[in-house]
Amino acid sequence: MTLSSFLRFCLLPLAVVVIAFFLLPMARLMVVGGSGELGLSAYAAILLEPRYRATLINTVVLAAATTIATLVIATIAGLFLQRQRFFGRSVLIALLTFPLAFPGVVVGFMIILLAGRQGLIGDITSFLTGEKWVFAYSIQGLFLGYLYFSIPRVILTIMAAVEKLDPSLEEAARALGASPWAVHRDVILPALGPAFVASGAIAFATAMGAFGTAFTLATNIDVLPMLIYTEFTLSANIAMAAALSVGLGLVAWAVLAFARTFSGGTVAAAG
Amino acid sequence: MSAKRTASARLIFAGQLTFTLLVAAFLIVPAVLSMMAGVTANYFRGIRSGVTLDWVMQVWELYADTIGRSFLIALSALAVTLVVGIPAAYALHVRGGRLSRLVEEIITLPLAVPGLAIALALLLTYGGFGEFRRSWTFILAGHVIFTLPFMVRSVMAVFAAIDIKTLDEGASSLGASPWRRFRDVIVPNARPGILAGSLMVVTLSLGEFNLTWMLHTPLTKTLPVGLADSYASMRLEVASAYTLVFFIMIIPLLIAMQLLADRGVMGRGRR
Repeated sequence: MTLSSFLRFCLLPLAVVVIAFFLLPMARLMVVGGSGELGLSAYAAILLEPRYRATLINTVVLAAATTIATLVIATIAGLFLQRQRFFGRSVLIALLTFPLAFPGVVVGFMIILLAGRQGLIGDITSFLTGEKWVFAYSIQGLFLGYLYFSIPRVILTIMAAVEKLDPSLEEAARALGASPWAVHRDVILPALGPAFVASGAIAFATAMGAFGTAFTLATNIDVLPMLIYTEFTLSANIAMAAALSVGLGLVAWAVLAFARTFSGGTVAAAG
Repeated sequence: MSAKRTASARLIFAGQLTFTLLVAAFLIVPAVLSMMAGVTANYFRGIRSGVTLDWVMQVWELYADTIGRSFLIALSALAVTLVVGIPAAYALHVRGGRLSRLVEEIITLPLAVPGLAIALALLLTYGGFGEFRRSWTFILAGHVIFTLPFMVRSVMAVFAAIDIKTLDEGASSLGASPWRRFRDVIVPNARPGILAGSLMVVTLSLGEFNLTWMLHTPLTKTLPVGLADSYASMRLEVASAYTLVFFIMIIPLLIAMQLLADRGVMGRGRR
């Protein structure tokens, strides 16, 4: 057997699996999305139908808020962890990245334990103010859940980017009399730009498509994955569910593709 | 001046440390709470009510089948991704060029497209094949599509780092056939990437919820599906004990991944 035919043989199982269980089904999804009562205009209905549009806006706002909050938190913590050496540092990093492998449902349960009816936050606030705060099943609870699974991913990316910063630029700025604040504003944060875009895109795309956390918490909140799920199972509106998932998939893919051309690294979302 | 500066530096350090510790607490405290709740006789009254394994035993009686099935699916997904992914990674690396990059792009798509959309696509395509749809292999198909990119990328990262082409050409000049070179030179050299990819595949498959929730039937529940079930319908102690079982399953995998990463073999294969 020649090398080139051996290589083709090596790719055969991949081709079979990917075509049968990914490409064909995705093509079918797109066709079904355009073959309901509305026809192809089902795709336009995502933007035009008030209920779908409201849900879409809800989801985008929530995902954007999660992204911004995560970037701020992860930058402060990531800069600190990469720059300082202190006792217990590696344990702290391990703790911060430990939730990376938690499924969305488990993240939802973590928020129930924090902010649910028997939650820690409720216990603390009722002890301090006499009023019990319970918000696990509201949009604030969902926001907290999205923060929970975004922070570990973003911290890792930011720490890797801080490690690669050129320290001589900061030294030069300091030598020229820049204050620590000015060094951060004019040197460090701009240099971290590509890392912000890359990790921000992951956080945004993951938050847009997060189903497990929403499934556990969002009994009364309209976010896109829950809308798809209820259209499919409760309303049996299969064509609309398909059109909405195609829309969701396209948004997530486009955000990540944009981030990759912008920052040049490999970017992927999961969970 | 310098005394003032060190004092302010110390203050900044303390502020950043406190902030980072708070972030870590947000992530870790609920996980610890859930582990404790799983072995507490009555969570509402706290740990004073006594420590018990009753809840864990109850989880075992109710959900043992989901635990077994999750391992079955994770190990089968590992077997498939090994057989499909390693030869594919080799062929994609050796061939290179635009076509290989396109193939890599396509197999990485399931990381960007939300699991809900992929699950819907699989249901619309294979929902009519009763035997297949009702068996656990239907879930396996979804897990393979979701985990395959991690195996391929992790193995390709090793090939990129060790100059596999020179090794391959050396063996070729000694007259070894492509198959023998693959078995005796390529696979042994790719071992770190294979190991890292395998840990990733098993961990992700064990925790996969977004696809699995849509693909499962009452007779093919996996552990995360059971978890969602228990969060919605069981008392907090049982849900916690079940989560504890899940943590016990994945923590060794996470530690192994951390050790591999510290030894630097995961390289670019990490997200």
